[in-house]
This record gives sequence, C-alpha cells and structure tokens, in this order.
Amino acid sequence: MSELRDLYQQVILDHHRKPRNCYVMSCATRTADGHNPLCGDTVKVYLRISDGRIEEISFQGSGCAICTASTSLMTESVKGKTVAETTQLFRTFHDMLTGVAAEQGLDLGKLMVFEGVREYPVRVKCATLAWHTLKAALDNSGSPASTESSSSTA
Amino acid sequence: MIPATAATALDFARVRADFPALDQEVHGRPLVYLDSAATTQKPTAVLEAIDNFYRRDCANVHRGVHTLSQRATVAYESARTAVKEHLGARDSREIVFTRGTTEAINLVAASFVRPRLGAGDEVLISAMEHHSNIVPWQLLCAERGANLRVIPIDDRGDVILEEYERLLSERTRIVGITWVSNALGTVNPIREMIATAHSRGIPVLVDGAQAVPHLAVDVVELDCDFLAFSGHKAYGPTGIGALYGKRAHLLEMPPYQGGGDMILSVSFERTVYQEPPHRFEAGTPNIAGAIGLAAALSYLEGLGAEAVADHERRLLDEATRKVLEVPGARLIGSARHRAGALSFVLDGIHPHDIGTILDAEGVAVRAGHHCAQPVMKRYGVSATVRASFGVYNSSDDIEALVRGLHTAREVFS
Repeated sequence: MSELRDLYQQVILDHHRKPRNCYVMSCATRTADGHNPLCGDTVKVYLRISDGRIEEISFQGSGCAICTASTSLMTESVKGKTVAETTQLFRTFHDMLTGVAAEQGLDLGKLMVFEGVREYPVRVKCATLAWHTLKAALDNSGSPASTESSSSTA
Repeated sequence: MIPATAATALDFARVRADFPALDQEVHGRPLVYLDSAATTQKPTAVLEAIDNFYRRDCANVHRGVHTLSQRATVAYESARTAVKEHLGARDSREIVFTRGTTEAINLVAASFVRPRLGAGDEVLISAMEHHSNIVPWQLLCAERGANLRVIPIDDRGDVILEEYERLLSERTRIVGITWVSNALGTVNPIREMIATAHSRGIPVLVDGAQAVPHLAVDVVELDCDFLAFSGHKAYGPTGIGALYGKRAHLLEMPPYQGGGDMILSVSFERTVYQEPPHRFEAGTPNIAGAIGLAAALSYLEGLGAEAVADHERRLLDEATRKVLEVPGARLIGSARHRAGALSFVLDGIHPHDIGTILDAEGVAVRAGHHCAQPVMKRYGVSATVRASFGVYNSSDDIEALVRGLHTAREVFS
C-alpha cells in the first residue's frame, strides 16, 4: 500500500478527480491530438500562443489517473512560459521519469509528484502522453502525437 | 476430440503443482495468474518435451537419413497426428502447423480467399473479433476492392443472428467468426452459424484461439471449413499453432510462402509443390514448438475436457458474482454463454490504474483493449480489466482479485 501511495500521491488523485484547465478552447491558435494505442488513452491539447509565450492552455481527453493528472499539472506548469522554456521543462520531466540524471534540469516543482512513476516503466507513457501532444502542438506538425510510431492504415 | 470420460473433478493441488511458474512471488506476494487468455503458463510435461527434443533428438525434419533426423521427423509428424486427434479431424493432412492463430488466418486469407475474392465481393466477420480476425481481411479487401461486413452484437455481447442471416449475401465469399470472444468471453453458437452459411454455400473460418483451451472441439461435427488456434493459449509454447482445413480446400489452395520443405522439385523453369499440409509449411518448421504443443494437448486430454470445462465454468460464475459485489463494478459482456474470461470496469478508476494496483498485490490481469478496439467502442469504454482463467486457478485466486479491487477503491477513495 505504501508503494502504491508513492505512485498515487494525493496531488495526483486530486488532479485526476478535478482536472484543471479541462475545457475546449474556442480561440486556440494551435491544437494537437495525442493517443496511446497500447491502452487507448486520448488527449487533445489547445494552445493560445502570443509572442512565443503560452498565454492559455487547456485540454480534453480520457485516460487513467496518471495520464489525466499529468495533463492537468502540465497545463498549470507551462501556462505563461515561453516555448523554449516549455521544451526545456519537458526534457527535464522526461529525464526524471526515465531515470536520466539531468545535468542542467529545471525546477520541476509540483511535477515532482510523478517521480514515483519511474518505478513503473510501463506507466511512463501515461505520464508523458500529454507532453508529447503539447510538443506536437508547439511544432504545429499537424500530425497527431502518439506514444508509438505509426504507419498508414489499411 | 477429447474422449468424453466421466466428469471427474480436477485434482486441483496436483494440477497446480504441474505449473512451476506459478510457484513464485511478485512484489512480495504469491503470484495470482489471471491472464491465461493472453497466454497460459506451461506444465512441466510441456517443458520436458521441449527440453528432451533439444537434448536428444535435435535435427531437421523431412531430410537426412540419419537417426536424429528420423527421430525429429517422427516426433514432428506425431505432433500433427496429436493435433488432428484433439480437433477430431479425419486426416492428419488437414493439419497445417503455423506460428499461431494470426498466421493461420493470414494463410486462409492469402491462399483460399484471395483467388475467389473479386471487386464488390464481401468478407463477413463479427463485431467481437480480435484484431487478428479483422486486419488480414481488411488488407485483403483493400487489395481486391472487396467489402468487409460486420455482424453487430447486442448489449449483452451476443451476435445478433437475424442480422447475421441478413448480411449473408450472394457476394459473401467467407465468414470469419470467433468461437469464444477474448474480450467478452462470449461463446458463439458457431455450429448453428456454420450451418446457416453452408446452406448458402459460404465457407466458414472459426477463430478457435480462446476455444481450444476451454472447450471440447470436434471439427467434423462442427463442419467448419477452417479452424485456427494458438498453442500458447492452450498450455503449449509460443510461436506454434495450427490451421485445420478441409482436405478438399487445402488441395485447391496455392502455396502461402515459398521456400524449402514445401516443394517436390525445383528448377529455374518450374517448381512442383508438395501436397498439403507440407505445401503450406515453407522453411524449417518450429519442430520443438510442435512437440511442445502435442505435449500440451495430451496434458489437457489427461485432465479431461469435461472436468476442465466444469472447473472453469464454476470459477467464471464465482468470479462474476464476487466481482459484481464490489461497489461500482460493471460487467462488459454478459452473454448467455461465456467461457474463460471476465471483462469489467470499476466506476471512477481506469483499468490501467487497477492493473497496476493489482500487480502490486501479485495479481496479474490484463488491462486494456485486448486487441479488440471495435468491441471497446461498442461498449463506450477505452479499456476494461480482464480476469481470465485456466485449469490452475482456484477460488483463492478470485478472492485475491477481489481483495485487490477493494485496495484499488481504497487508494482512490
């Protein structure tokens, strides 16, 4: 039970139950869809970017507690940040989850609640789906983000 | 076919001791394995059969006059006879070894259906198929300009037979239907469905992946044209399975893959192929796998089909009852006749989170879409928790599952 509490911390459960910034943004300047084909989690990220800065961010989607809480906390963390700062934050977050010692990592703040996910390698993708989707929106690639690479359908 | 011996109850303690992998701890808890629909654990008899082959008889088959090659050939072809017996087929030449169900279905799609599928023709499957009985047909239909039609299922998870009859058309070239659904546990009335298709001259392929481990099979009685199954879901090794095909069909089918072992003679001008089944087994086959599969089927027959079915029916009933007592639990699939697996969701807790929490308690279940995304869509869920059963499971395992579900509710309270 205590190990499970390291994974399912109160902050995570709180954001799972009451996700922040969870709405459709009608004035979004960028959007992207994310999908984890292995478990069916989906997320859509909406951005309003002005002068290289994320003025507003929101999301819609369905997923497990880790995925939903990660998306919710991500929106709080990157709101007001520049695109460059956001990219750097994702790198630091990803390094923490995969156990890579970050050399010049940023302060992850609240995102540290996901540290326990490192002990559950199959769940790392649940915590990073939102970030991959955010990155796709920032890159404005137009193609949906996926935790797996994909080819065309039959 | 498994002989219908008197239904003696399984000697549970002995059965469990036959599976060495079950005797271990996971996260400090005794392993409770409830994921047999994904793959079963293997009894010692299977491990020993494979080990013996590699230690004593390892040689290539169908070539070489030396003793080991002869032993390997006899063992491999005896395994084919064992599969034939288990399925109740008339002729060993109706059994083609494949990598598993997926390859068997692809073989039928490529060699049997492709030559008879024209633009505008139809392939008919059901809404509860595993991706392995969807995607090969999609690929083929796209290539031939044909259409994939889908028999709908009702809220309980049964195929709607009236719709099935309506969908069987003059353009239908094959029906591909699962006997037992891996995601819902539904047992389809395939005998009736086969008879209906045959009354219109349409052949039927049965996906038997989830049926062979749980039910007595008799392909002659079913009168199916093809039946595909995997060894690893029936206590055998991975990478081996078989296709049963009626002799008349196999004889008219062109090769699936080209290579060694499937030919009579080769020159650059002309190659003469072997007769079935060897025509469809290009390259050195999975000899050890076939031998392991034969040992697995022999093990199942030793337990008795009725005893196995009875044991698993009681487990499924008990698990259904007890899981539904957990507040917020909802069954996904409540067909009239089910076997092997129980799919469910808990209000407010995603199946993935349940899977992780159960694993921490040593309980292995599958959480996800079970390679049946259209089924998940039908029920408006992205995933379910699936507990599936084998001959080695007991009431204790179900209690561990239910305890784990209560822990999940506690974590999320």
